[in-house]
Amino acid sequence: MRREVLLETMGLRSGYGGKPVLQGVDISVREGEIVAVIGRNGVGKSTLMKSLIGLIPPQKGAILFAGAEVHGLSAHKRARLGIGYVPQGRDVFPRMSVIENLLVGQSIDQSGEREAKVRLEQIYSFFPILKERRHQRAGTLSGGQQQQLAIGRVLMGDPDLILLDEPSEGIQPNIVQDIARIIVELNAKTGITVVFVEQNLDMIRAMAERCYVMDKGTVTAEIDKAALDDRDTVRRYLAV
Amino acid sequence: MDFLSGLFAFLYQTGDAFAFLVLSACGLAVIFGMMGVINLAHGEFILCGAYVSTTAAHLGLPLPFSILLGGLVAGLVGMLLERVVIRRLYARPLDTIVVTWGISMIATQGTLILLGPSMQSTGTPFGSFMVGGYGYSIYRLVLMAAAVATLALLWVIFTRTRFGVLARATIQVPHIAEALGVDTSLIYMLTFGLGAALAGLAGGLYAPTMTLVPTMGATFVIEAFVTVVVGGADIFLGTAPAAAILAVVKAGLTSWQGQLAGQIGLLVAVVLVIRVLPRGLTGFILRERA
Repeated sequence: MRREVLLETMGLRSGYGGKPVLQGVDISVREGEIVAVIGRNGVGKSTLMKSLIGLIPPQKGAILFAGAEVHGLSAHKRARLGIGYVPQGRDVFPRMSVIENLLVGQSIDQSGEREAKVRLEQIYSFFPILKERRHQRAGTLSGGQQQQLAIGRVLMGDPDLILLDEPSEGIQPNIVQDIARIIVELNAKTGITVVFVEQNLDMIRAMAERCYVMDKGTVTAEIDKAALDDRDTVRRYLAV
Repeated sequence: MDFLSGLFAFLYQTGDAFAFLVLSACGLAVIFGMMGVINLAHGEFILCGAYVSTTAAHLGLPLPFSILLGGLVAGLVGMLLERVVIRRLYARPLDTIVVTWGISMIATQGTLILLGPSMQSTGTPFGSFMVGGYGYSIYRLVLMAAAVATLALLWVIFTRTRFGVLARATIQVPHIAEALGVDTSLIYMLTFGLGAALAGLAGGLYAPTMTLVPTMGATFVIEAFVTVVVGGADIFLGTAPAAAILAVVKAGLTSWQGQLAGQIGLLVAVVLVIRVLPRGLTGFILRERA
């Protein structure tokens, strides 16, 4: 099956001030793929995610989304084009209720009230805890519940691509498995494209179709589906 | 009968002080609480509302519409100011204080040069009523109702409207709101405009009761700041209860020892609160809740 390229970066350099963290990143993700970005701490994985959504202004290079250059666009414009971002540490709106958090995610959805309701029910069916706690303040949820809320919130905007930054961080192992399963299921049902940064071997193996390995601000290797099944290959790239 | 009329006088004064504190402070509280901007030009938005509404009333527009027009014009001026000046200073809170102070002086002196040292007021409408041998202004009751209505309106805006939900999200985690597709710079402009419009509304409401001079903003600003400092960042958890407590302090001291004592009481109250509750009533209530 040939699928169109949805996201592509070419020679992306980005970072805070002086020396860029990303030293020229080239990745290419096709529609409907689930791709992991792995590597040790501090090699620029989160910076890549923030550059893709537009929270860090890129210094050089190109970012193409659905064939269009998004390089100079602000984050809210990229979100409206269909890029969803789930940050490291969740960053739910702590003093707002679960349902209000979801409504913020929905604000860019153009498809009308009826579809929004259907989508809300769909998200509740993936994450039943969100329905149960819909009037609770998001800041009082557990880490795993906040992660589900952060994913549900971004899905309310009906994105074509979601960027997940370390979804397993600070979450109990059984919830990690749940989240991995739900994302794979979502991808199978809706064809949503997923790019995620991860250190957790189980989650990588449960979700990823292939992997980019980053080191010192560039992509140094690519691991395909077959090599992913070999536990030691992946472990070697994550270790050191 | 003496006790009852005394009680009425105290309640009336408390309500009057409450209305004044709420109406002068809520615009400031929106801008400070939602955006963290300390707006020293707050009094000049009040001035703007007062002058616009009085001019409109002199030209024959009915008073309620004139007052709303005052709020509207102040809100538009606020949005313009945010777009041109304030937004360049979000990362620099101290600079914002200096810049808004400068804007305040330009506006005050500009009004003096262009419109002269005073403007003819429309006079207080509705007349008065008697209780226990003392006369009370009916318009003051209207102001109390306006204060309560303003709080209710703000509550509806911030909890029941799309703008309110997005504004609260923007205030809590700005970069994530932006990443979820919220045009945060538009939200900041509208929020600043809302704060300015509330100030203008206060100016329009009080314009019939006072002498209109270019420095009239100062009358409101001190009590507005006292209320916001005592209340802390949240309008409903902070500003409203702070205004209620301060109104009792002010009305009590005023009827006991006169106006000067009332003013001193307010300032003493703010010093005590800063000493005991550095984050105001909001911080206290949120901590209790957590």
